[in-house]
Amino acid sequence: MTTWLGRYLPAAGLFVAGLAVWEAFVVVFDIQGFLLPRPSVIAGTFLRELPVVVPAGLFTLREAVGGFAMGAVLAVLAALATARWSLVREGILPFAVAANSTPIIALAPITNQWFGITNPLSKMTVVAVMVFFPVMINMVRGLTEVKTSELELMRSYAARPLEVLWKVRIPNSLPFLFSALKVGTALSVIGAIVAEYFGGSRQALGVYISQQAALFHFAEAWAAIIVGSVMGIGFYAVVLAAERLAMPWHVSLRSG
Amino acid sequence: MAESMVSIDGVHMVFNQGGADEVTALSGIDLEIAPGDFVSLIGPSGCGKSTLLRLIGDLLSPTSGTVTVNGKPASRARLDRDYAMVFQQATLLEWRKVIRNVELPLEIMGMDPRARRAKAREMLDLVELGGFADHYPWQLSGGMQQRVAIARALSFDPALLLMDEPFGALDEMTRERLQMELMRIWQRTGKTIVFVTHSIPEAVFLSTRVVVMSPRPGRIVETIDIDLPRPRTFDTREDPRFFELLTQVREALRGVEVEVP
Amino acid sequence: MQDQVAIARPLPGPALRPPIANLRKGFAFLLVLACVVAAWEGYKLMAGATGGRVPFTDVALPVRGDDKSMPHVWDILAALFSPRQRGSDELLFPFLLKNALFTWREAATGFLGGSTLGFLLGVAFARSKLLERGLMPYVVISQTVPLIAIAPMVVIWGSAVGWPAWVSVSLIAAYLTFFPVTINTLRGLLSPPATATELMRSYAATPSQMLWKLQVPAALPYVFTALKVSATASVIGAIIGELPAGLNEGLGRSLLTFSYYYISGPEKLYGAILVSALLGIAFVGLVSGVERLVVRRGGAGG
Repeated sequence: MTTWLGRYLPAAGLFVAGLAVWEAFVVVFDIQGFLLPRPSVIAGTFLRELPVVVPAGLFTLREAVGGFAMGAVLAVLAALATARWSLVREGILPFAVAANSTPIIALAPITNQWFGITNPLSKMTVVAVMVFFPVMINMVRGLTEVKTSELELMRSYAARPLEVLWKVRIPNSLPFLFSALKVGTALSVIGAIVAEYFGGSRQALGVYISQQAALFHFAEAWAAIIVGSVMGIGFYAVVLAAERLAMPWHVSLRSG
Repeated sequence: MAESMVSIDGVHMVFNQGGADEVTALSGIDLEIAPGDFVSLIGPSGCGKSTLLRLIGDLLSPTSGTVTVNGKPASRARLDRDYAMVFQQATLLEWRKVIRNVELPLEIMGMDPRARRAKAREMLDLVELGGFADHYPWQLSGGMQQRVAIARALSFDPALLLMDEPFGALDEMTRERLQMELMRIWQRTGKTIVFVTHSIPEAVFLSTRVVVMSPRPGRIVETIDIDLPRPRTFDTREDPRFFELLTQVREALRGVEVEVP
Repeated sequence: MQDQVAIARPLPGPALRPPIANLRKGFAFLLVLACVVAAWEGYKLMAGATGGRVPFTDVALPVRGDDKSMPHVWDILAALFSPRQRGSDELLFPFLLKNALFTWREAATGFLGGSTLGFLLGVAFARSKLLERGLMPYVVISQTVPLIAIAPMVVIWGSAVGWPAWVSVSLIAAYLTFFPVTINTLRGLLSPPATATELMRSYAATPSQMLWKLQVPAALPYVFTALKVSATASVIGAIIGELPAGLNEGLGRSLLTFSYYYISGPEKLYGAILVSALLGIAFVGLVSGVERLVVRRGGAGG
């Protein structure tokens, strides 16, 4: 308990101090509200805008989660396929690494054309592509970076390739998979919001943010961003819980 | 002549044949191992003793020559699960609890869940780890993990145990305890054991025969029969004959240690 | 969110491979590329043959296969070497390259600033436990905020304060860059084993000798792993920053323009996307090139 306190007290102290300095800075130097709203104003606006911002957040969250699920499932299937054939793997992996270094968000205008700008599918597709590559790259690594001795052990039992896949490769890949999925949660929420900057439904969080920002309503925009980060953290927590269920053995979950 | 458990005949092993990095790991190996024998392979790093063990287990195939295990080609013996392998690292699957690790080979061999659970418990009792069935491997010490690996190897009752420096990563005290335990198990089950080691006292203490190998290309330079009385006990290590044999193995090794990497 | 870093662990350096393996890799890469193109064109063919339905069913395909939705690959390539708009002398490809260069300059400015800041923060955190405890949670939390989401605000805010738009865009790029660099610098600086630290201490090395002779060399592979992630992030940040910036140049602007005029020339939007992808890959390639010059340690394990 005390160590926990020691760990987080400096950060918490800094947080409160930061808010106070911010508030004081705005008041003392008489900064105009549209340039830098006071924390207390943001808090007030947040409460007032809640009925608008929360449904918008849920709308965008649906895009994020839908795209995340599509991308993750396809990535796992693709990884399983490539784990089987080394030539496919050798071709796809560099391809995926290259794709991973491209600004995938640039696809947003295309998917808007494909599915219609207000159709959630247009954002889901972008999110799915964003999530796909890191998940696939990590899953392939997890399936292939198996200890030699474990493979030798299975060979000594004359195990069939499918058994090696089920009993060794797939369990071995879970930590890799979940580390990519956890990155993917943040990526998918951010991806959905940013994809909406290229245009989207009036109900969407990203559209709300860009419109409010354009009107210099920064407090409103901040309120929406807070909703976005809370969603991101919530989504992350869900995947974290799933990870704990899926691999109770793992190093990261060992206590003491 | 009695039928051999392992029969190695004119085996050569070349890695990366034809490549710039071609290495001859083994050259002209002939070796017969009788049922019930405890044979240690000893030699400096790079002498190919682990390679030889993997050839017996059909984890590698020889470039030329034949390997016969239990009266059949090594590949057939592997498919018939005639041997079990124990590695230097315990190689327990970290996502399985101890009991499920012991069950692994039985699972692959299609034994029904109830029977294999019972068998696995029996094996854990044999290595005196019955109380740790529901622990994960990381909760066990290195020595305990290696005992689980031995239980797993014995679970399907193979005729032959192939052990690749199984105690190499353990501290000296744990090591001597496990040597005693292995002796006890060997005496009780009458398995044939092929045992790779770096340690001269370990080889002499455990074996009925010590095979001394030379490095690059790996060859057998001498085979030394160990005529110490059995069962071996802690007193064995203080027997003058034990020291004579140690010296004999050391002399044989001295002749071959031309380069130590 | 610390796991963000799990993916950014340095991989063992490339083992020296015989040329035959590289040849095989290159071949496999081209094979995959060919498969992607074939899948694209195959989808179009199939959609054309079934009238936009999934074969043997009445279910509509998710994406129409006509030339407006999915132009032929060769049409996209041809568009790159046609005038960028009717009556213009300028070809699309050089036009896009010019814009890519503009975007890259914003991204690279932010990248340099962000990675310098990130590196210094990492060094500071490695030195001072108190600093790390006080600031690290913020560095981490800053990443749980959909941080690129503040792009419109930074840009509009910046223009209200009177900054040139590119400064705001670079700022966003910098913001996206610094986090991975901070984390990986810290991890890298703390990566030498205790025995190495004890060895240095036994020589009575000064803290700065410890830093430069032991910690920084050990950290370099970690730092470069982060820099490669950041290179892409900075390009993304620059493109997103350009959307509300009202700049006349840049890839973000091109993407918006060509999506407005999509109906009259869908190939041009595809061209712009292709060039965006190339910019990302080229920037990461550049960082990898620098890495190879700086981290001259061959063999597996590095």
